[in-house]
Amino acid sequence: MSDRISVAKTYKLYVGGKFPRSESGRVYPVTDAKGKFLANAAHASRKDVRDAVVAARKAFPGWAAATAYNRGQVLYRVAEVLEGRRDQFVAEVSASEGQAAKKAESLVDAAIDRWVWYAGWTDKIATVLGAANPVAGPYFSFTVPEPTGVVGVLAPQQSSLLGLVEVLAPVLATGSTAVVVSSAERPLPAITLSEVLATSDVPGGVANILTGHAAELGPWLASHGDVNALDPTGAAPADRPGLAREAANTVKRVLTVPEAEPDWTTAPDLTRLRRYLEAKTVWHPLGV
Amino acid sequence: MPVFEYAPAPESRAIANLKDAYKPFVNGEFVDGSGEPLKTINPATEEVLAEVGTASKSDVDIAVKAARKAFTGVWSKMPGTERAKYLFRIARLIQERSRELAVLESLDNGKPIKESRDSDVPTAAAHFFYHAGWADKLDYAGYGPSPRPLGVAGQIIPWNFPLLMLAWKIAPALATGNTVVLKPAETTPLTALVFAEICQQAELPPGVVNILPGAGDIGASIVEHGDIDKIAFTGSTEVGKAIQRQVAGTPKKLTLELGGKAANIVFEDAPLDQAVEGIVNGIFFNQGHVCCAGSRLLVQESIAEEVLEKLRYRVSTLRIGDPLDKNTDIGAINSAEQLAKIRGLVEAGDAEGAQRWTSPCPVPDRGFFFAPTVFANVHQSMRIAREEIFGPVLSVLTFRTPDEAVAKANNTPYGLSAGIWTEKGSRILWMANQLRAGVVWANTFNRFDPTAPFGGYQESGFGREGGRTGLEAYLNV
Repeated sequence: MSDRISVAKTYKLYVGGKFPRSESGRVYPVTDAKGKFLANAAHASRKDVRDAVVAARKAFPGWAAATAYNRGQVLYRVAEVLEGRRDQFVAEVSASEGQAAKKAESLVDAAIDRWVWYAGWTDKIATVLGAANPVAGPYFSFTVPEPTGVVGVLAPQQSSLLGLVEVLAPVLATGSTAVVVSSAERPLPAITLSEVLATSDVPGGVANILTGHAAELGPWLASHGDVNALDPTGAAPADRPGLAREAANTVKRVLTVPEAEPDWTTAPDLTRLRRYLEAKTVWHPLGV
Repeated sequence: MPVFEYAPAPESRAIANLKDAYKPFVNGEFVDGSGEPLKTINPATEEVLAEVGTASKSDVDIAVKAARKAFTGVWSKMPGTERAKYLFRIARLIQERSRELAVLESLDNGKPIKESRDSDVPTAAAHFFYHAGWADKLDYAGYGPSPRPLGVAGQIIPWNFPLLMLAWKIAPALATGNTVVLKPAETTPLTALVFAEICQQAELPPGVVNILPGAGDIGASIVEHGDIDKIAFTGSTEVGKAIQRQVAGTPKKLTLELGGKAANIVFEDAPLDQAVEGIVNGIFFNQGHVCCAGSRLLVQESIAEEVLEKLRYRVSTLRIGDPLDKNTDIGAINSAEQLAKIRGLVEAGDAEGAQRWTSPCPVPDRGFFFAPTVFANVHQSMRIAREEIFGPVLSVLTFRTPDEAVAKANNTPYGLSAGIWTEKGSRILWMANQLRAGVVWANTFNRFDPTAPFGGYQESGFGREGGRTGLEAYLNV
């Protein structure tokens, strides 16, 4: 009786800054890459999706209106807290993805660095993507990028942390809010990431993370009238056309994603930031 | 005030060089389309203007093949500096033939000559001139080094600004190195086919621009064609959604410019006479056939009566009639179908209890005309406050606080444009921030420029036209 029994963690959803169980009461077993039981994850339902969209919509005006400096600091704080939990993430990524410790470490480091990269973009997007328009007339005309709104994200199925960060961070950096469905088989880093988000000044509802199946929850996100954009990365390629058709009913922005999951370790660019921005052009007459 | 009568001041229709028959333009030649020819009419008189050959599905195939060959063989390989010169030539040719184009546009569309002459045609030329300069500067557009064109672009444009929408579509596509297959609207194909002549005069390589007149089925054939890389559509939200559904699951890149239900918001401290001019311009420009028209007037309650009174007086001075008369303010509704749609929505406004006022101006008894109409006492739930009317019909609502104005303005699935009228600068900027719309006009309305991105939020579509932002729609970025 000398071996200590560890305190096992109950993994829950992250909605509106809180950690509820699925309203459906459902859970599903999560195993490591070798099939060993790790935990029962909450199995999110349609109602959980709707609750998460309500939370994301509620949080949107405040997050969109936060100063870019403030959003940058909040996102940088996420990286700080991620760094503090580095060992835990290495263990979870290693177990989830079946990666050797060295590889898992480099993936977690890349995820932290990626978060820092996006944090630094918040106060540069408007300068880089906005414009003063030299119109042919006595008007002052300028164009500023603005967040699209509530973004539904089907996170990549393979890359449990780095891929998740690459699909979530640009949404938050632009000032949009997110409802994310995590990898179904590898959800534990996502749940731990939600604990990081909850403890790093990200306002409740700005990021909502559901564990469950993209095939089941994707259509509800795609057809939801209050979701403004959809990232179908984690959907099976065969399901993506259907999701895009559903999204068309409300003219959602649908991200174009490659057939196979990309190599997330390659350097990011502005593509994902640009996809979640609307260009607003403002005109005013000039005169005295 | 003394009332001065206007003498007729008609522009000569001979300037339009109207021909009896027009043909589709494929691979640099005017060809016999295998579709059923259509007759395009003058909506101001209902007389037939010309017979126009239309494309069939097989013609779409031929045009796409020509566009593909021109893309791979010539246009995408050509240095940007050379491509630019073709666009500059086109811009100049439009300027040279601007009077002809303006008259033809007014004949075919029904819009007043003062608008086609002073707005549509010069802005179309400006779009080619602006984008010409981008052709050899794409590396500096902010999308990384050497952005590449997408390939063949299928473009479908509406009838409200036939030549201008063509310019918005073709200029950026060509500047970025794409080739195009464009379908003008069924009721307004003529200026697009004169533009085809301009392409010939500019010695544009064959196949770079192809123009296929036809109805919605030809648009659908373009959208579903397997060898088209990009679809650009301007038109109704309903059709836009259908196109988005159709393109779903294909690698085609899509941009949509759809409908709107813009709020034009007037605060009590606004310069009222200017605001009234802006309101009139916002909703009665081009007979209200404007996707970004200011069709919902939100007036602060304290000045609502005063604004309505000034507005009714000003609107009653608008002259409706012959589009070719230089003194005409409001021309013809583009088609019998559109006129019926406007009438239907106006009847809904009556039935739902809004208070209707129609200008007492004399209305021609031939042709499709609709007298300027203002509805007061409009509530947000009424169809005339929610649905796009696309005609000279204004709905007036009131508000008390800036927050309420924002809430009402944003209470729509659309988000194309908005107007703000107030003398307070900080309020303008605050409102501009709050409004979910792609274009915000403050103390002005309906301003367009090739350097200023234009496009909508949510159900008004995605993608932008104009400015650096607009180039993205035609690049592989």
